Amino acid sequence: MALRDVAKSFVNGVVALDGLDLDVRRGEFVSLLGPSGCGKSTALRLIAGLSEPSRGAIVWDESGTAHARRDIGFVFQEPTLMPWATVARNVALPLTLRHAGASKAAPQIAAALERVGLASFRDAYPRELSGGMKMRVSIARALVTDADLLLMDEPFAALDEITRFKLNNDLLDLWQALGKTIVFVTHSVFESVYLSGRIVVMTPRPGRVFKELRVDAPYPRHESFRTSADYAAYCRLASEALNQAMAAAA
Amino acid sequence: MSTTDHAASERILRLVLPVAALALGLGLWELAVQAYALPPYVLPGPRLVAQTLVADWEVLSTSLVATLVTTFEGLALAVVGGIGLAILFNLSRPVEYALYPYAVILQVTPVLAIAPLLLIYLPQQGAVLACAWIVAFFPVLANTTLGLKSVDHNLTDLYRLYGASRRQVLFHLKLPSALPHILAGIRIAGGLSLVGAVVAEIAAGSAGAGSGLAYRIAESGYRLNIPRMFAALLLLSVAGIVIFFALSGLSHLLLRRWHESAIAREG
Repeated sequence: MALRDVAKSFVNGVVALDGLDLDVRRGEFVSLLGPSGCGKSTALRLIAGLSEPSRGAIVWDESGTAHARRDIGFVFQEPTLMPWATVARNVALPLTLRHAGASKAAPQIAAALERVGLASFRDAYPRELSGGMKMRVSIARALVTDADLLLMDEPFAALDEITRFKLNNDLLDLWQALGKTIVFVTHSVFESVYLSGRIVVMTPRPGRVFKELRVDAPYPRHESFRTSADYAAYCRLASEALNQAMAAAA
Repeated sequence: MSTTDHAASERILRLVLPVAALALGLGLWELAVQAYALPPYVLPGPRLVAQTLVADWEVLSTSLVATLVTTFEGLALAVVGGIGLAILFNLSRPVEYALYPYAVILQVTPVLAIAPLLLIYLPQQGAVLACAWIVAFFPVLANTTLGLKSVDHNLTDLYRLYGASRRQVLFHLKLPSALPHILAGIRIAGGLSLVGAVVAEIAAGSAGAGSGLAYRIAESGYRLNIPRMFAALLLLSVAGIVIFFALSGLSHLLLRRWHESAIAREG
């Protein structure tokens, strides 16, 4: 999947993206790193088909057609759960909207909940869950259709650090087990280095790609990676790139 | 004292104090009526009112049923009409722009002034029902409209992402999300429907087998049957209280699992 010279401006005159080129390869974990308001989320919404680019195109490599709507899982910054529905019914939503029969959907729902470790909470309501658990439900919902591409928009930004580290590890495990392609938006240098194989550093508005960094540390990564010298070195590199990106725009 | 003891004693106080205040008030009232030997056509004591309530129960209960039937019919029409119109507004901007101002006008025009006109063009029972509907319908419409518009934007995006139809968005997302607003509207509408029915009955003012409690009050006034006026008034306020608590209970029942308003917090 690729974005070619994509621009997006809004009716109020804000130019969120201008000349964004981005390639995402199958099975890759790529992070979009940039300051708040650099159009990272806009790029994600364009990929998801939730809004249309003002210029340029989104290309899906197999068919080669622009705007081909794929099976996509989306995780928002907030858990975005329906408070009136149980955990199981929230996770089932993508299937319900596609008129999947209950008997067919049930094992998929159970499997998705199992993967995020919430199998015993299927009948709970969102308000009964902690922030981290709500986010797990949100991830289970994105997984339930078995989409190849997961788009994640700062999903852990509102969580405390302990929960965030835990979810970082779980997400990496899921990614390795399921072989999904993940595009992960974040403004945290540390999170992007820990998770991704490739970091795309973006400039502030209008957003463009400033620099790409490969993080060649091998997977699986665990807590030991967080404290390694390699990790610190990559963080410094990413941090410098981010500072340069912001300085270049200023 | 532990916090649970404290909470329990506070709950008892909240029950006991209003009852004590009521008993005190009624006692003073009865005492004053006796002490000044006030005739019943000036001010009946509470004991006489209670006796009248029992003695006239046959007439009063028939009237109570008549008023309640009107109230619930008005409320039911208001709920159906209010939610239906709000959905129509939500689906079509032009319809909302075209009709919303008239819904507001219907609401701000005092129903007491509309009632005599309605009585000219509609049969009496129809006019009374129309009045109950007019006053009860707007809170349902306004609250439902607000509720349908207050849907979480991310959830809306999520439904789009998974290719939801307009029907699915309405029934799976907008209506459940608006439910707390709708129920608040219905709770207001319940009380107002009673007000509308009473206003129309008083404006109608003519006798008949199906005459409601408000008509009994007016009629008893002409006959200087003041105790019966009080008895009918008492029944009307009890009816209002029961309607309020019934609708609050319904709201709690529907929202208790998920909405903040229905969840008791500790501490």
